[in-house]
Amino acid sequence: MTATSSSQSAHSNLDICLSIQNTTISYGDFEALKNVFCDIPRGQVTAFIGPSGCGKSTLLRAINRMNDLIEGCSLKGRILFDGADLYAPDVDPVEVRRRIGMVFQQPNPFPKSIYENIAFGARINGYDGNMDELVERSLRQAAVWDECKDKLKESGNSLSGGQQQRLCIARTIAIEPEVILMDEPCSALDPISTLKIEETIHELKKSFTIVIVTHNMQQAVRVSDTTAFFNAEAVEGGSGKVGYLVEFNDTDKIFNAPSQQATQDYVSGRFG
Amino acid sequence: MPDLGYKNWQKRNIVNRLLSVLAGLFSFLCILPLIAVLAYILIKGISTFNLDLFTKLPPPPGGEGGGFGNAILGSIIVTTIAALIAIPIGVGGGIYLAEYSTGRGFSQFIRFGTNVLAGVPSIIAGVFVYGVIVSTRILFGNTFSAIAGGTALSVLMLPTVVKTTDEGLKLVSNDLRRAALGVGASRFVTVSQITLPKAFTPIATGVVLSIARAAGETAPLIFTALFSPFWPNGIFDPIATLSVLIYNFSAQPYDLQNQLAWSASFLLVVFILALNLLARWLGRFASK
Repeated sequence: MTATSSSQSAHSNLDICLSIQNTTISYGDFEALKNVFCDIPRGQVTAFIGPSGCGKSTLLRAINRMNDLIEGCSLKGRILFDGADLYAPDVDPVEVRRRIGMVFQQPNPFPKSIYENIAFGARINGYDGNMDELVERSLRQAAVWDECKDKLKESGNSLSGGQQQRLCIARTIAIEPEVILMDEPCSALDPISTLKIEETIHELKKSFTIVIVTHNMQQAVRVSDTTAFFNAEAVEGGSGKVGYLVEFNDTDKIFNAPSQQATQDYVSGRFG
Repeated sequence: MPDLGYKNWQKRNIVNRLLSVLAGLFSFLCILPLIAVLAYILIKGISTFNLDLFTKLPPPPGGEGGGFGNAILGSIIVTTIAALIAIPIGVGGGIYLAEYSTGRGFSQFIRFGTNVLAGVPSIIAGVFVYGVIVSTRILFGNTFSAIAGGTALSVLMLPTVVKTTDEGLKLVSNDLRRAALGVGASRFVTVSQITLPKAFTPIATGVVLSIARAAGETAPLIFTALFSPFWPNGIFDPIATLSVLIYNFSAQPYDLQNQLAWSASFLLVVFILALNLLARWLGRFASK
């Protein structure tokens, strides 16, 4: 109702990259997230915030079909990416993930050299340009080049947590996706590494559409242009809570003048 | 002031000391068979150890000198055949169980079947291959052959290889799988380039241990590879192996043959010990 109308009115003049239309995601019989409408604009950073269990990570993983790996997870409704339905029957999830990259909560570099970490994705995607150049460009874009330029042959696991996470971002950039999804990319990192990642995100939004899930509201304010607030509530006769989208708007509106009481309570810390 | 000193005569302290000694004694008894077997075979086998053992054929009954070079070569050939059959099938099956199956129905049946197969006595594997390959002359009309022996041993190796591959792959963090899929890798690329290399060490360890087990098996080979007093004549003919040589020669009424059996036992034990050490070394290599 208000959520959908406000999102459409706020962004009707923007180029829409991802359009989430009446999406309901269930694990088996349990609905984790219900009836979400949300249009994610191109070339901006969109943050998903909300309490634990509200389905924001589930929605994020649905955008590049990572939920396919979870048994019993099903999706109703549509998610359009540049007008193409990601869940049409003939869609190859591998093709989807090549265009919509993902950075995970835990830094998860491959047990290979730093160079190979970057080159792996590019190579399997059929990149035939200058690999050295691509590695350097990706590492520079992820702001980790200076720390690894002298040890490209060393294992990715030899880096610190924050550096590993930026390596993972570089790895995602290297496959030249259109969208980068980030699932709480800083939750395992210290504040200084977090700031570096945030600076990286600011640089990246010049070339990519970014969707970031975060528990840190200051982070949402710092990095995002638009914010979606999700909440969860118990339903009649159901087991557990069902997540839904409360409000989707420009970040400063969400944090300074939200239209919903629940949003106001959450962003001001008076939650639950 | 409270008396906190240790009292020798207290009942709990006496019982404690008694049980400690008992536990130590039993744990010593546990490794006693290994030490005894090794020492006995070493003493019996090493006295006549010489280079001829590796290069010469067994002497005819009543003859002199000789060795069991053909059996060493035969053991290597038969075990290699077994490994060539069991490793691709076993690793492939393990990959299916860990990476592709849903963990229900069919894969549960496979896991259960693998466990049962691991418990099947080795002589049954021998009789099975005898019935399927040897007595039917299915392989170009040949009966007893190195390839039949290798097949029987591969049946024994298979469960170990499947299990260690399955478990090795399950130890690989799902984060890595997601990372690979997240950069657009297909499932095949994920398995072949990320998870399988990561699980290489446990898989290699399991494979080496299963080879060590197969190399020492006798019962399945008696029905399948039989024995031959000559040098191996190709994989479609009967072939000598160390374990069958020990079985045959230890029961013969000639001192020389008995002595050869002891030397062969010594060599076999050393070989299996070396394989086990290799497996340990591989395991340690992984933890680094």
